[in-house]
Amino acid sequence: MAVARLRAVPTFRAGSGPGARARLALVEALLAEPDPRGCAAVALAWLGRHAGAERSLCAVVEDGTLVGLAGRGLPAAAVSGFRLDLAQRSHPLVLALLAGEPVAFAGHAPQAFESPLAASAFQAVPLAGAESAGEVGLGLLLLAGPREGRRPEDPVEEEVTWAAEVLGVRLAALWYRRAQAEERRHRRERGWLLGIINAVTDPILLTDADGRILIANPGAERLLSADEKMSAGRRRAVALNNMLFSASLFPAVGEDAATPQELLLVDPIEGQDLLFEVMSTRVKIRRGENGTVSVLRNVSDLRRASEEIEENYRRLRAAEAQTRAERDRLDLILNSALDPILVTDAEGKLVLMNPPAERMFTVGAGGGRGARSDRWVRANDAVFTSFVSNLYTGPSMRWRGELTLVDPQSGAGVPFEAISGKILSRQGEDTWTVTILHDLTEAVEKSRLYEQVKRHSEELREKVEEATAELAEQNELLRRQALALEQASAMKSQFLANVSHELRTPLNAILGYTQLMIEGVWGELNETQQERQGRVDANARHLLSVINDLLDIARIESGKMPIQLGLVRLPELIDEVMAEVEPLIARTSLTIDRDLARGVPELRTDRQKVKQVLLNLLSNALKFTPQGSVSIRVGFDDRHVWSAVTDTGIGISEENQKRIFEEFAQADSSYARRAGGTGLGLSICRRIAALLGGEITVVSRQGVGSTFTLLLPREVER
Amino acid sequence: MSEEAPRSRVSPGEAALVLVVDDIADGRQICAEYMTFRKYRVATAADGREALAQAFELVPDIILMDLSLPEIDGWEATRQLKGDERTRHIPIIALTAHALTSAHDEALAAGCDAVVTKPVVPRSLEAEVRRLLDARAGHRPS
Repeated sequence: MAVARLRAVPTFRAGSGPGARARLALVEALLAEPDPRGCAAVALAWLGRHAGAERSLCAVVEDGTLVGLAGRGLPAAAVSGFRLDLAQRSHPLVLALLAGEPVAFAGHAPQAFESPLAASAFQAVPLAGAESAGEVGLGLLLLAGPREGRRPEDPVEEEVTWAAEVLGVRLAALWYRRAQAEERRHRRERGWLLGIINAVTDPILLTDADGRILIANPGAERLLSADEKMSAGRRRAVALNNMLFSASLFPAVGEDAATPQELLLVDPIEGQDLLFEVMSTRVKIRRGENGTVSVLRNVSDLRRASEEIEENYRRLRAAEAQTRAERDRLDLILNSALDPILVTDAEGKLVLMNPPAERMFTVGAGGGRGARSDRWVRANDAVFTSFVSNLYTGPSMRWRGELTLVDPQSGAGVPFEAISGKILSRQGEDTWTVTILHDLTEAVEKSRLYEQVKRHSEELREKVEEATAELAEQNELLRRQALALEQASAMKSQFLANVSHELRTPLNAILGYTQLMIEGVWGELNETQQERQGRVDANARHLLSVINDLLDIARIESGKMPIQLGLVRLPELIDEVMAEVEPLIARTSLTIDRDLARGVPELRTDRQKVKQVLLNLLSNALKFTPQGSVSIRVGFDDRHVWSAVTDTGIGISEENQKRIFEEFAQADSSYARRAGGTGLGLSICRRIAALLGGEITVVSRQGVGSTFTLLLPREVER
Repeated sequence: MSEEAPRSRVSPGEAALVLVVDDIADGRQICAEYMTFRKYRVATAADGREALAQAFELVPDIILMDLSLPEIDGWEATRQLKGDERTRHIPIIALTAHALTSAHDEALAAGCDAVVTKPVVPRSLEAEVRRLLDARAGHRPS
């Protein structure tokens, strides 16, 4: 086979080559065609038209093999079936590809290989030309059937090399774009895969044949990766985990990779032991090299759960034993209880009784009474069944009531209190009903007595309440009356004070004008006028003293009488009083005696008031004693000082002695008019004496005389 | 008594001027007529306000002051008169129908020179007036 290296020779002959227009058409057609196969077909068709290539094939390098891409004037199988391994370095077409420039194969040379074009003479033109020698190009254009007058060994026309160049560039561009898209898709899918792996909480690793970690998800990294920043303890734990993991890896891969095996690692952060189940699968990671994918499943919790189940089982057994013991105890209680206890099942059938219940509910338990006894038992049964049925028909869990049974042995009616309770199974179904009967014979009697006592006590209570209410009412009434009295008294005193004041004002005028008249302001009066004006004056003065006395009483009663305490020498005070009544004494022919004890102690009292009293007593004595004597004496003891005024006057009857201290009371009214005086004097004296903590007493005999005694404490107690 | 009390009407040959203060006409009249009868010159006032006006204008030699008065009562009027330079020297006799000693004490505390309880005995009242005027004259520089 003659192989000639061909040089592309520019063809500048006018009119011999396709014009610029034709070239532009090829470029436009190629750019319009997105598919490499289509592009190749366009280029081959163009070469057929412009370079006379009747049969042609475009082959491209794919994965180390030259394969047919498109053909012209060839059967489709010849195109798709064309394959040439580039490893056959000595193959003429491989050599042509490596040469990077057009090669002509002469038809006359013996064929060392089968021509893909079914023609012995053809040209092989590399696509787009090789960048450098020895590099595998994009592919080859194989062209047969050159124009007339041309030989295969003639230099390739410029149109051919140009078209191969253009097609090569176009294909390269298309492939590059496709590779880019492919790359993007790969990257995306890889991202998804990593996402999936990372999302799995179980640690997942890919290791190479030497056990080096190629990929690890976060779960695995937590166990098996450490850096300088982590604590020494954590790094030690990670190193230990790596050792344990590697040790587990190697034997597993040689053997049955699908068999899970257990691996105990340490949590580098929490420090606790973690038990993993490791699933290892061998995978091919690159050509001729295997790796291992390991999935670790944390079974620590599972281990703990199974331990718990065992523990629960042990407890259950213990509880069972305890329940059995309790049931034995309950049986004991049940049998020793004195109250009848009955247990019925969900259908109301009796399933359990204690001995006292048997006594009431068992036929034949009645001793020697036979049929009668059995009848009572059946009656009891009916009563009991009717009672318990309350619980079966109603929704309540407990039922309480009273029922009367008959003692089958004695035939006596016995009142019972019955309490029934449902016992539910775990599923909430009725299982048993327990009924306890309590003998009420004693309780009934007690309750009857209690009721009686209660009734009596209630009656008593009501009576006491009634009496209390009455008392309270009376108290309230009394309180109101006292209040009303107090108010009335206060009003009376105020009224008196007002009246006194209102009376004094006109009296003042009467007295004043009278005095002026007597003084002769409006001319001298004759004797009769003088005398009558004197009477007006005397009466007005009397009226004034009555008013003053009333005012005193009002003041004392309303508690407004002021007391001015001071030291008082009684003998001196009596001298003063005697001096004041001197005009009165002068009018009488009485003998006046003063008999004052020596060493009379000083009094602490109201001087003015004591003087008022003594003045009153002395003037009374003088007024009511027509003849004889009036004596005044003073005496004292440890706590009191007293002054007694004794006269030989008309005296006071025993009856009147009680009255004279009352207001407006004089023993003898007619005499009083003659003697003057208001009838208030003694009343005021008594009140003043009381005000000073003392008292006035009288001793008298009618026709013989009287003794009035003022007794005062040495010290007024306040 | 200060040197600035020259307006006193008590001088030989001239009767003393008495200011009678009482809201009740009878009380006023009795005092006024009696004092006139006893050769005094008399002026009257029916309430505390009028009493103050009269006192400041006339500067009487003595004042007979009822205590329970409308407008300004006797205690207050006395306080004002005794608190004023022009009238401080004038003796004031309080007349009161209040029999309580507290009323007396209050009158003295307000500055009254004497207290006479109503009903007034004209003769006694005049004696008290003369006593006070004499006492003042005795203290006066000749």
